[in-house]
Amino acid sequence: MAVKKASLKEKYRLMTRGLDWETTYQPMDKVFPYDKYEGIKIKDWDKWEDPFRLTMDAYWKYQAEKERKLYAILDSFSQNNGQLNLSDARYLTAIKLWMQGITPLEYAAHRGFSHVGRQFRGAGARVACQMQALDELRHAQTQMHAFSHYNKYFSGFHQANHMRDRAWYLSIPKSFFEDAMTAGPFEFVTSISFAFEYVLTNLLFMPFVSGAAYNGDVATTTFGFSAQSDESRHMTLGLEVVKFVLEQHEDNVPIMQRYIDKWFWRGYRLLALVGTMMDYMLPKKVMSWAEAWGVYWEENGLALFNDLSRYGIRLPKYHEIATKEKLHITHQAWMVFYTACPATAFHAWLPQPYEMDWLSEKYGETFDRFYRPRFEKFGDLEKAGKRFYTNRLPLVCQTCQIPDFFTEVDNPMKQAVRHSEWRGMKFNFCSDGCKDIFVNEPEKFCQAYIPPQQIYQGNAGGARTLAEYAAWLRCGMGTESGDYYSSDDYANWLKWHGERDTTPSSSAAAQP
Amino acid sequence: MSVEIKTAIIEPVRLTFDHLEARIGKGKAATRYQEAVHDMQSTQNFHYRPTWEPELELFDKRRTAIVLEDFDQLLDPRQYYYAPYTLQRAHQQELADGNFDMVEKRAMFATLAPAWADKIRRLIVPLRHAEWGANTANCFMSAYAYGAPFNSAALMQAMDRLGIAQYLTRLALVLDDHNPQILDRGKELWLNDPVWQPLRHVIEDGMVLKDWFEVHVLQNLLLDGAIFPYAYRHFDQAIGSQGGVAYTLVTEFMRDWYAESVRWTESTIKVAIDASAANRAVVESWVKAWEPRVRAALTPLAEAAFAEAAATVVESIFTDQAARRVKLGLAG
Repeated sequence: MAVKKASLKEKYRLMTRGLDWETTYQPMDKVFPYDKYEGIKIKDWDKWEDPFRLTMDAYWKYQAEKERKLYAILDSFSQNNGQLNLSDARYLTAIKLWMQGITPLEYAAHRGFSHVGRQFRGAGARVACQMQALDELRHAQTQMHAFSHYNKYFSGFHQANHMRDRAWYLSIPKSFFEDAMTAGPFEFVTSISFAFEYVLTNLLFMPFVSGAAYNGDVATTTFGFSAQSDESRHMTLGLEVVKFVLEQHEDNVPIMQRYIDKWFWRGYRLLALVGTMMDYMLPKKVMSWAEAWGVYWEENGLALFNDLSRYGIRLPKYHEIATKEKLHITHQAWMVFYTACPATAFHAWLPQPYEMDWLSEKYGETFDRFYRPRFEKFGDLEKAGKRFYTNRLPLVCQTCQIPDFFTEVDNPMKQAVRHSEWRGMKFNFCSDGCKDIFVNEPEKFCQAYIPPQQIYQGNAGGARTLAEYAAWLRCGMGTESGDYYSSDDYANWLKWHGERDTTPSSSAAAQP
Repeated sequence: MSVEIKTAIIEPVRLTFDHLEARIGKGKAATRYQEAVHDMQSTQNFHYRPTWEPELELFDKRRTAIVLEDFDQLLDPRQYYYAPYTLQRAHQQELADGNFDMVEKRAMFATLAPAWADKIRRLIVPLRHAEWGANTANCFMSAYAYGAPFNSAALMQAMDRLGIAQYLTRLALVLDDHNPQILDRGKELWLNDPVWQPLRHVIEDGMVLKDWFEVHVLQNLLLDGAIFPYAYRHFDQAIGSQGGVAYTLVTEFMRDWYAESVRWTESTIKVAIDASAANRAVVESWVKAWEPRVRAALTPLAEAAFAEAAATVVESIFTDQAARRVKLGLAG
């Protein structure tokens, strides 16, 4: 039977499936040693539905076309000093945080997907993971190239690779991803492909790329748009993984539920940084964190879990806490960055009057009652020439590694702290969600590298104080660190704009 | 009349990132290749041991016996990062597409001597599985190698092998008028035909190796060094006089690809062996252990393909390979 015109699906099957074989000179369990120890049972890898159906020649062709366009725009951006068209140089705090915190995760994702792309025994799953591994390499590299131009004119990018493995606030994204990569292969894809890329992606990707577009950042907007079609492939993979595993065996359901509970909470905690970016770092605002959470979780997320209920999957544990917290976490986080910015490689500042109004509008009484007065107090101190900086190392959560600044969900005047004892040691947590994760895997989470503790133990270049620690991170006040309005970045920005301050002054300016 | 474009003079504060300045020197601009690969991998303060390999760190230099001060020295002479890599492959796939189209449109396989069509079916088509093995090997290297320059190039190499497996699939389908039975039969041969078993045996043994540099030497130096000259040089030359121009056209990608990829393979091995006598000794011990098995794997294929000329072909391939290793600085 001659099949002249095979369908795309059939063609893809012939091109991919059947390449692999059951090994006989070496046992399959030795060739694939890691895909059983989690207890996930796969009866038939052939039931895997290929989410992309891209042969390599098609992949090269499509991706090369995208690269051609992307680099043409990046070149033109540098040539024309595109950085001068930003809404305001404060915006770059978001991009510094991206390069320091997220670009390393793109590279880590590339490694993690290479790992599962080697270890799954199903050929379809492996090819899908390998393609994602290559895409993630693309994202890490295009981001380096996009940020390279900013690095030439602003401080905070140049030592990002040095800080990645050392800085206290970068320990948050680093530990998140290393947690996923050191887990079993099924937990890795559930955490990254499903929980992060599928469920929470719109809360990461959308705010950053839209924020870039609103604030005149052509470089970031361009690689964001260019990565979008890669991301939709990755989302499809995320959903396929979860459905495939759940359909394979009923014993997989409780394991997957535990992964979903854990990674929803891990992902949500990491997104506190993104929410803070949306509410405080963007001179021109896209939407508030509370609004984004409403649309992307309370509407879309809940609908997704409705669909998954037929597999016996329920909503992630503590999702209602996350929803209640949406009115508070970003203000609490920015307060910490505002006071701790002598030890960050980005600048912080007091919200401008137009931003205070915007925050009042978006957060109503929550902001006016609990947070505005504190910002006003900081403002008074600034006016008196006593800009407040913290001088202490924070207590951080053993699980998410965020400094312990979150409050009790029903009492925003009370700091939330949880404890657990294990092997005679006391561990601290920011929430029940983070404590549960520890209690499920104490052997793993007791190993965490907790920056403040490491500093006190002399393991941060011998630094004992916050200032010494900042020096070890290669952060200097006014260059990489400290308040924006006393920074070199601000002084240069004024110089390059003929001394004209571009800080928007009215709330109307907050919207494009 | 000339138009005067006034632009503000904006002096850059610095030319590149600190980690690149430390490598290339102050006051120099870095290339995009350098920006894309250097110091991208985390090197310290790992939070948790892998649950799948708790005796090592997530990224750990101890996953190979090769010792280097700086694994970022394992650079790619092609300077591939994602953009030039995909652009180059996109160009090559366009040429390959054109060749496949021409072979189909002109029914060029029709002039091939039937005995040689059978040889393609039996002695070339099952190579798609060997390529899948090469994909597995290079993906392993990408996952566990130390340092982004090497690991990222290994993933590109892995994807290339998937691409080659797919070109071989396409070759088979074009040869047999899109009847997929040729693929099923090829897999059957791969699994059971005695001519393929020594090769499958080496490849499966390679799948359980733990040292990523050993996998590199076995797959990209030794196995490729035997298989590519066999399938795309000697087989190609022999089939030429049998009406096999179609075969030449649809395997052009593999010849070009091999000529290019050996530059990476050789250069990375050279950096490793030049770094210390100990590294050289380790690589030589791998060559000594695996090369006889690669030779034993190639011999039955050559015998089936080239009959009385087989011994000469095998001798010529392995003499070339020994000379190549001597040129690299290894004992032949």
